[in-house]
Amino acid sequence: MFKKILIANRGEIACRIIRTAKQMGIKTVAVYSEADRDARHVVMADEAICIGGAPSSESYLVIDKIIDAIQKSKAQAVHPGYGFLSENASFARKLKAKGIAFIGPGTLAINKMGDKIESKKLAEKAGVNTIPGHTEALKDTRQALAVSKRVGFPVMLKASAGGGGKGMRIARNEKEVREGFEAAKREAKSSFGDDRVFVEKYIEQPRHIEIQILADGHGNTVYLGERECSIQRRHQKVIEEAPSPFIDEKTRRAMGEQAVVLARAVKYVSAGTVEFIVDAKRNFYFLEMNTRLQVEHPVTEMITGLDLVEWMIRIADGEKFPLSQEDIKLTGWAIESRIYAEDPFRGFLPSVGRLSRYVAPPENPHVRVDTGVYEGGEISIHYDPMIAKLISYGKDRDEAITHMRQALDAFYIRGVSNNIGFLAAVMAHPRFVKGKLTTNFIADEYGDIFDAADVLHDDPNMLVAVAACLHRAYQERAASISGQCSGHERVVLNDWRVLLQGKSFKARVVPVAAGYDVSIEGASDPQEFHVRTDWQLGQPLFDAQINGHRIIMQVERNGPAYSLSHAGLGVDVLVLNEMTASLYELMPEKVVADTSRFLLSPMPGLLMSLAVKEGQMVSGGDELAVIEAMKMENVLKAERDAVVKTVHATPGDSLAVDQPIIEFE
Amino acid sequence: MHDIIRQLEEKRQKAHLGGGKHRIEKQHEKGKLTARERLDLLLDPESFEEWDMFVEHRCTDFGMDKQSIPGDGVVTGHGTINGRLVFVFSQDFTVFGGSLSESHAGKIAKIMDKAMQVGAPVIGLNDSGGARIQEGVSSLAGYAEVFQRNVLASGVIPQISMIMGPCAGGAVYSPAITDFIFMVKNKSYMFVTGPDVVKTVTHEEVSHEELGGALTHTQKSGVADKAFDNDAEALLMLRRFFDFLPSSNREAPPVRPTPDSPDRVELSLDTLVPDNTNKPYDIIELIEKIVDEGDFFELQPEYAANIVIGFGRMEGSTVGIVANQPMVLAGCLDIDSSKKAARFVRFCDCFNIPIITFVDVPGFLPGTTQEHGGIIKHGAKLLYAFAEATVPKVTVITRKAYGGAYDVMSSKHLRGDVNLAWPSAEIAVMGPKGAVEIIFRDDIGNPGKIAERTEEYRQRFANPFIVGHRGFIDDVIMPHNTRLRLCRSLRMLKGKKLENPWKKHGNIPL
Repeated sequence: MFKKILIANRGEIACRIIRTAKQMGIKTVAVYSEADRDARHVVMADEAICIGGAPSSESYLVIDKIIDAIQKSKAQAVHPGYGFLSENASFARKLKAKGIAFIGPGTLAINKMGDKIESKKLAEKAGVNTIPGHTEALKDTRQALAVSKRVGFPVMLKASAGGGGKGMRIARNEKEVREGFEAAKREAKSSFGDDRVFVEKYIEQPRHIEIQILADGHGNTVYLGERECSIQRRHQKVIEEAPSPFIDEKTRRAMGEQAVVLARAVKYVSAGTVEFIVDAKRNFYFLEMNTRLQVEHPVTEMITGLDLVEWMIRIADGEKFPLSQEDIKLTGWAIESRIYAEDPFRGFLPSVGRLSRYVAPPENPHVRVDTGVYEGGEISIHYDPMIAKLISYGKDRDEAITHMRQALDAFYIRGVSNNIGFLAAVMAHPRFVKGKLTTNFIADEYGDIFDAADVLHDDPNMLVAVAACLHRAYQERAASISGQCSGHERVVLNDWRVLLQGKSFKARVVPVAAGYDVSIEGASDPQEFHVRTDWQLGQPLFDAQINGHRIIMQVERNGPAYSLSHAGLGVDVLVLNEMTASLYELMPEKVVADTSRFLLSPMPGLLMSLAVKEGQMVSGGDELAVIEAMKMENVLKAERDAVVKTVHATPGDSLAVDQPIIEFE
Repeated sequence: MHDIIRQLEEKRQKAHLGGGKHRIEKQHEKGKLTARERLDLLLDPESFEEWDMFVEHRCTDFGMDKQSIPGDGVVTGHGTINGRLVFVFSQDFTVFGGSLSESHAGKIAKIMDKAMQVGAPVIGLNDSGGARIQEGVSSLAGYAEVFQRNVLASGVIPQISMIMGPCAGGAVYSPAITDFIFMVKNKSYMFVTGPDVVKTVTHEEVSHEELGGALTHTQKSGVADKAFDNDAEALLMLRRFFDFLPSSNREAPPVRPTPDSPDRVELSLDTLVPDNTNKPYDIIELIEKIVDEGDFFELQPEYAANIVIGFGRMEGSTVGIVANQPMVLAGCLDIDSSKKAARFVRFCDCFNIPIITFVDVPGFLPGTTQEHGGIIKHGAKLLYAFAEATVPKVTVITRKAYGGAYDVMSSKHLRGDVNLAWPSAEIAVMGPKGAVEIIFRDDIGNPGKIAERTEEYRQRFANPFIVGHRGFIDDVIMPHNTRLRLCRSLRMLKGKKLENPWKKHGNIPL
């Protein structure tokens, strides 16, 4: 076995690989950019080598620097993780030339599968189902139009070298092809250094289901079941699960067998993933093969009991994989939620900054957390905005969902906007619970903006009860301040009035051993809540047994109110005495400042271009400006017809969140 | 006898109605509460003891003898907030627009006198159209009676003003002297001369809100300490604010139990200060991570934000916090921030509240605006305030402490009791680059040499050891232990006794 391996990656995946290597007794070498000096993977590894500047083009993507680091550390093998150099054939080739093992497939497979057009041809030849389309790179807009018309709208413009949702664009008509083609090329060029773009039929109501395969160097190739990754936002996977709630045994076998055939066709060795798109009739079409470890591999690990990283390492070292297809058993259900630094309230735009608070739920047999960050760490503008992967496991889907909901409720992050509330809302969404998924799920159910205040909660009275308990506890403490006049000591009473989302509830809060008994009268029938908790004043997580169920809620004081978040819902709740409540009703509604006359920067970034001038008329949907953040171009469009009054920023400016760019008349 | 009781009841009822149902409704329509409703929210239930309900004005001019309402436009008395005694007055806009008559002022003066004698704070809820014009100079005399008491009470008992409606002309000077001014957004304004006069005199057109609204005074003028969304929120938060304050200068700040351990370690503080010394970070994160339960009541958050002031608690006891904010103007000291912090430090010193100072200051803000604006004297205010303060003073230097600003920020030399530094601290007369350009003036033409010298200077001075050698700091601490070390220091300082030489009063550079 290898004595020492180098991990040519960063973030959670580097940490995850180091974890397995450590268990196997292998020494690890981390590489890091200047921005990652204090990153978790650097601390976890036995050795760490700085490989250059913060932009990945100066560090994690520079083959020579990685090879220098390998030689300096005398590592015998390299695990590339995902992204960066994981599917870079010339990297694999150079390693081979230097006698360093690449923990991944051979260059043939990387080459063939790394090219969308090549891979599709190969799949067709191997008898794998493929989507109708044109597999050649398109020369120009005219050809793109012609092919699109032949395949039939809607079509998808895809970068040959793309993946992970990047470099893909849907065009529903000729206009969108015309507009999208050049942009797709540009994005392909800047993201992958390869501007080839092709077109294919776009399947509506699709599910994204992929097969994990594992092949050793001795001819044993097996499939480890499927993962359903239909919950995506703009082609970026958000929630994955294994198995799929849609696939039957027959389809699973058919897909698995095609995946194995394809793997064999490129002499595949190591772990790999064959992605399929599946329509409502369970027809499946080959999408692409990822010749690396996938972000979502943990769900497969949970239901197969196999450590994929371990087997990648062993296989790279020449070991035989001992299990045959019949030995592979799928047990239970696993779900993964990707926790991103993004702001659901601002159209899910990336967010960066310091994690002033980061407390992940504790790990146990039902909860796994893969992360590369820590409290006080930084989410950098230079890299992927993923903060962590939260994986839950249960005997069936319902149980996995329950564990996930609880774990999300307990995941406490401050300083950087994140999608935890959104994920929790999805977990509680009836359509998700029923498993009626398509890759349009998020677009259909939420659109572009998620507001935690709008989430439907199955038991709002419980929030009322918790707020009442919090208030009672804070009031009891307020009543124990020193210096009170004797005979006039503050007495805390049991009866309160709770205001939540415009509704008023009566709450009677009676202290009992280890908690409170709360009875609620309000909008619906009276309800009793037996709240048992060892929560203490100031703690952000209210962890309680409520009527025998474990509930974890995030609680924060916000002025006179309590901000509660649970199951995706985020609300401010007021708890007042009867008299105060009656006076509160006389208070005017809070006025929200009118910012509709401004185009505000939705995220921190660089203003790349402005499409309008002062005095110009714009109509709804017109491009106004392009902001670059997280290496992505974000086009800001006019929400309605307007006239540009003043332009407040010039291209090249660094923009802060909410900084005005354009003022309308 | 029976008749008297009946009359009493009638008078009480009349007093409770103030300016009558109609005016009360009007007040409610404006989204404002009445004087009595406000006291109901502010004070513990059933705790209010009203005084002078039967006081009426003595004016006979302009037909005033025909209209009189018991209480005369202000409700006064005492009550409790979380069991602690407080004297209050609440102006009643429904009665003669809350205008101040001689007897109205007399009522306020009466509770102030008593508050000073018994050692309890005074809270004023201001909602007054101004002087009772009909009374002429009697009303002016009334104001002055209140001003005089405000001044005498200053430093003896905490005085808080909550502006909940108009407060104009001479009336503004009573709140101005009190220790804290809070305002209600869109409902209150304060100015010496109103928009009409402004227009006549300067031809400037300006709205009430723009001239003296809550946002103006919390963002531009710095007159007010904080603005709240509405009457109810303002009063609920005022209750919470009150819990930080001692009752008088004879008492220690109040204490209340907390489950938060003094030993709480915050590992994330070790990465708070960025490697790049020019990169900002949010000092409020540090404050919230060291005070009990993260509960920090910031004052003037939107004014001179390059310095942060406010109250927190350590092991249940109130502390005042002063901190440079690197996020704004790199945390430098300027006129506004010096004045803001100086007044806060003096309040803490008046009322036995220990001061924690976090230092990351690159110096005083240069420029003609500052120099011509008198930064010399304004900066000296903060220096004076820290130097004069005899309460426990604990200072933590997190990063830069350069030049005169280092001296000012509660340094050892200004009788800092415990002065600690993080390993990232750099205490020096100025930043490396500036220093090198002066010391090695001859090398200025040679960038290579300057860079080399700068690096040398950085190596030598960009650390806490030089001042450590001299004893200007007492220890270098790990950021994650900051709460623990502060708690220990404050415990040690509980019995601190230090007196300034006898004097009538000092002469702070006003």
